[in-house]
Amino acid sequence: MHGRPRKAPKPEDEAASAAKAQKLRALQTQFFSYHHNKIYTKEAVELSAKLLDINPESYTAWNYRKLAVEHCLSQPDSDADSAKFILDHELRVVESALRQNFKSYGAWHHRKWVISKGHSSIDNELRLLDKFQKADSRNFHAWNYRRFVAESMNRSEQDELKYTEDMIYTNFSNYSAWHNRSVLLSTLLEKKAEGFLSKEKVLPEEYEFIHQAIFTDPDDQSGWFYHLWLLDQTVKADSPLLISSWPAHGSDVQLVDRCHNNSAFSPFTTLHSDSGSFPIVLYFNQPVEGVSSSTVTVESGFNKSEDLVWEPVSVSNSQAAKVWVTHLKFPTSELHFPVEVSVGHSKGITSARGSQYSFSSVFSFKVHVQPIKKDSSQGSVAESFLWGEENFKVYGIQSEESIPILSFDQLSIRNDPEPTVSDWRAEALSKEIECFRELLSLMDCKIGKLTLARLLMAYDAMSFSCANKLSHSEVLELYSDLMKLDPSHYQYYKDEHNLVVLKQVTSSRESLLKHCFQYTNSVPLTIYSPICLRLNNLSLSRMGAFEELLWVQMLDLSHNELQSIEGLEAMQLLSCLSLRNNKLRSFTALDPLRKLKSLRVLDISYNHIGEHFIDTTRYLCASPLSHSVGSEWNKDETVIGDVALINYWDAFLIFKELNLKQLDILGNAIADEKFKSVLVKIMPALKRLDGELLG
Amino acid sequence: MSDLPPYPPIDPTTFDLIVIGTGLPESIVAAAACTASKSVLHLDPNPFYGSHFSSLSLTDFPSFLTSQSHASASSPSPHSNTHHDFTVLDFSTRPLYSSLDISNFSPHLLNQHARKFNIDVAGPRVFYCADKSIDLMLKSGASQYLEFKSIDATFLGDDKGNLLTVPDSRAAIFKDKSLGLMEKNQLMRFFKLVQGHLAGEEGVKISEEDLHSPFVDFLNKMGLPPKIKSFILFAITMVDYHQEDVGVCRDLLKTKDGIYQLALYNASIGRFSNALGALIYPVYGQGELSQAFCRRAAVKGCLYVLRMPVTSLLLDKDNGCYKGVRLASGQDIFSKKLIIDPSFTVPLPVGSSLPHPLQEKLPLSSLKDDRVKVARGICITKASLKPDMSNFLVVYPPRSLFPEQVTSIRLLQIGSNLAVCPPDMFVLYISALCDDDDQGKKILHSVMNTLLTVPDSIDSESNSAVQSETAESGSVLQNENAESSFTAQSNTREGKPTSLWSALYMQELTSGQVEFICSTPMPDGKLIYNDLIDLTVKLFHEIYPDEEFFPKTSTSENSGDDGDISLET
Repeated sequence: MHGRPRKAPKPEDEAASAAKAQKLRALQTQFFSYHHNKIYTKEAVELSAKLLDINPESYTAWNYRKLAVEHCLSQPDSDADSAKFILDHELRVVESALRQNFKSYGAWHHRKWVISKGHSSIDNELRLLDKFQKADSRNFHAWNYRRFVAESMNRSEQDELKYTEDMIYTNFSNYSAWHNRSVLLSTLLEKKAEGFLSKEKVLPEEYEFIHQAIFTDPDDQSGWFYHLWLLDQTVKADSPLLISSWPAHGSDVQLVDRCHNNSAFSPFTTLHSDSGSFPIVLYFNQPVEGVSSSTVTVESGFNKSEDLVWEPVSVSNSQAAKVWVTHLKFPTSELHFPVEVSVGHSKGITSARGSQYSFSSVFSFKVHVQPIKKDSSQGSVAESFLWGEENFKVYGIQSEESIPILSFDQLSIRNDPEPTVSDWRAEALSKEIECFRELLSLMDCKIGKLTLARLLMAYDAMSFSCANKLSHSEVLELYSDLMKLDPSHYQYYKDEHNLVVLKQVTSSRESLLKHCFQYTNSVPLTIYSPICLRLNNLSLSRMGAFEELLWVQMLDLSHNELQSIEGLEAMQLLSCLSLRNNKLRSFTALDPLRKLKSLRVLDISYNHIGEHFIDTTRYLCASPLSHSVGSEWNKDETVIGDVALINYWDAFLIFKELNLKQLDILGNAIADEKFKSVLVKIMPALKRLDGELLG
Repeated sequence: MSDLPPYPPIDPTTFDLIVIGTGLPESIVAAAACTASKSVLHLDPNPFYGSHFSSLSLTDFPSFLTSQSHASASSPSPHSNTHHDFTVLDFSTRPLYSSLDISNFSPHLLNQHARKFNIDVAGPRVFYCADKSIDLMLKSGASQYLEFKSIDATFLGDDKGNLLTVPDSRAAIFKDKSLGLMEKNQLMRFFKLVQGHLAGEEGVKISEEDLHSPFVDFLNKMGLPPKIKSFILFAITMVDYHQEDVGVCRDLLKTKDGIYQLALYNASIGRFSNALGALIYPVYGQGELSQAFCRRAAVKGCLYVLRMPVTSLLLDKDNGCYKGVRLASGQDIFSKKLIIDPSFTVPLPVGSSLPHPLQEKLPLSSLKDDRVKVARGICITKASLKPDMSNFLVVYPPRSLFPEQVTSIRLLQIGSNLAVCPPDMFVLYISALCDDDDQGKKILHSVMNTLLTVPDSIDSESNSAVQSETAESGSVLQNENAESSFTAQSNTREGKPTSLWSALYMQELTSGQVEFICSTPMPDGKLIYNDLIDLTVKLFHEIYPDEEFFPKTSTSENSGDDGDISLET
């Protein structure tokens, strides 16, 4: 059934299929005339059976039969007996069609339809299924139908689970059986059926079971699929968790103007604000809904918690997001006040799967407001921000100059005490890690390496507060190996490799400080942050570790291999961003920027925007044709001057929402004079474009 | 003998080939010769088909073995020895079985069912689904007369009576509870290596040097642990001798042959979709196989006469060439070629100077070490050695039962669903190679004592070759003491099944030869028929060098049958 090479048809086969087609055409013409004229005589119905016998894929014929059955059942002389007779006949027609092709969607669906009428014995169905599943144990149609039958006859999940086990013992290379097992276990766990009270008990047994398959034949994929599901079940926290925030717990936030004489505060937590408010950012481990003034309380002297509006930071405009932001107003006079934020004290924050946020977390920080002096820097409006190397110096040098840096851990918050449920998870993961290290010691196995890398990272993510952080070098080595071993999936491994690199960079104060630079040039008025995180020249193809980087206001990602900046919307404080010399191919790839309301300086020069006629990301991202952005796209705005905006709708959607002062776009195929003139019109506040001062 | 009907006369009296004895090699040659349009007369002095390959009832079994346990001169030829045209040489039989020891611990129970048994004389034997005998059955059409069932499992046994499942397939490795994860991985990878090598897969190649080195060295080189080595060597490639002790090993397996055996085994799994594993067994016993070939031969025109002893060989007076045989009926039948059962010998008259043109021909194969015999044992029980399982194979590797055990011992349990015994009974076949009778007996007793409760032998009837004259009546004599002692112990002692009946015997090994006359080989010590079939094909080609052995037919006769056998599940 499986793994048989296709043979070229022999001449006599072709002749036979031509004869079949001839016969089919004749039948079909007659059939359509019956169908259109709604003729449901015995003869007409028989004809459709004949047609289906030759071609079980004929959906129209199945639908016709449904109509015919409905017609017969609606006759005044129809009673239960005649209905049963008619429906039993339908079952026979389906069975004979399935003998022709046991993977006919139409036939299986028709059978479901007939059985749902409730006149036929369902016990017979299991016998039929046994026959089909014996003929091909991987026939997913049969498995699908089996789930339907099992549910209809209230067969217990335990019995069905046993059935999957039997099938797996016959031949464990059976995706359908493993899949059904995962479905059944999910149901049993959800129901908390006897013997399936907790994952803690069930999953280790399943790991044990799947190991038998994986170790016996690591080349067989079906087992790995199930293992991945188990891993997901192990890692996935049932309830959402707040893992990071800005401002961080215990930090002192300084809201200032340009003068930075006050060396009592860390530049990491110094923020300029010209709107009289500053953001509070919550970062959850999974997308959540329901963050609002009723689920999150903010205690400060100046804002009423209930007045705060929490917004999801999500590119897709969905109501579920990992990152939520609100803006806290502060007075213009000099002031120091504490803020305490409590999350999850009352119910309402839920994950996409409906789990409640169940660990209440509190974090607090102090805010120091220094009134902004408006006079001194009026003239510097057009001062430009320069990304050049000479404008940065390593922050470490200054750190000797007694500038106190907050302990790194305070940059992000940790829920304390650590939820205890993850004990068994960590234990399960470390067992798996041991297991796969052993497998790899025996043989080279790509999927084994990938699994081990995933396990190590999952373990790393789980044991964040513990001292036993893993070294990332093992994972990096695994991904490097995989890039060599499996070049067809190079990009995926590279992305994963990047994420690990970023984790490594952000994992300690020392490693992060190596990437923190001080901007030495004079800073434009709108920007106040002396610290720039420079992750340039790392050949990054993907950005990550956002939960550790919520504080970043200046980010240099130039000279990397980024094709996307997915997730960057989490960095709500970002005001200067360089994406110079990357591999961005379209404006839709810049979609996350729309959510960065503080962004003032953007460098996207020397990318590939406009180079490719077909923007593949358009098919994946929101466009004016999809509903998510429909409201923002106003037809009236489609022409600016003589330029049809429709040609630049993607650029329009990004830049219209940004409040940029400085933009560098040269070195992209799209950046011609016509386009630049459009940009200037879209962004009236823009002061500099490609270094040129705008009038 | 006297109450037998008078021998019918045979007509015609001249054939291309006369075959005496209906053992498997004789039956195959007869069928092949008929298929090649030869006229064949197939005779057997016994009233049943199969000779040394037959399956017999509990009453026929002792009498056959007894009759074959001593040398005897043929009864004098009914006619004068001096014929005007021929030299007449009388056949005699040679002893092929020794140390025959049959014990009936439950005569009352067994005798009422005696006819319901089909006891294999040459047990234990099975088929690998992909072995040569299956191919031959399909090719010859003999398969249509046979029906098979799967052997459920293979085990490796130890001296404690434990049976360890042999993980012989992907599914079995997956399911096995005794192997560690690493061992599963190693074993499966080794299977794949062998399959990949034989399939000529890219990058999978066993080096020429490895192929010619001992298989056990290759297994060591692949880092396989001792347990897995045992599985592969003794339960899958079925070697007889300890492979790592050069002093005692007489069948050192080369890697080349080892992987061939392994591949044969692997190919057997899944060859027939409704077979559970690699091994199958014929319903009604192994004797069916000889019969199937005889039926095949009969369809092709072979003439069969059973219960027909042959007394003498007729040779040309002038040149000493073979002319024909004289039957017990006194009739002389002539043929160009003759094949005889290994029981028969022709003692040449002393000082004979007959020219023997056939003697120039080489023996079929180099004679095996003639010191080696096969120790065979059969037991009947009322309980399976393994609950919930009725048909299975157990292998005891060398030294697994006692330190001096040099060869592996194989045990096959067959239950009533294969129609070899009455319901709820089981027949156990044991065999091992041995150097002499004492060693053979020791082997058989050690297996039986490990797995079975054997009632005190004082109560049993002991038949040795010496007592053979009285054996037939003796074994059916009811011994009241034995009966009552059995009833007292009918419930298994120490949880082991009790032996109701047992037969132990040592069988000579002959490899068959083409000399003065052609004789066929005795059953060998192997579990499958591959070697015997090779010898048989050779024999056929010796006598008919220009004929094809079962040529592929284009007739409709078995054309619809593209290689399936009748397998009951």
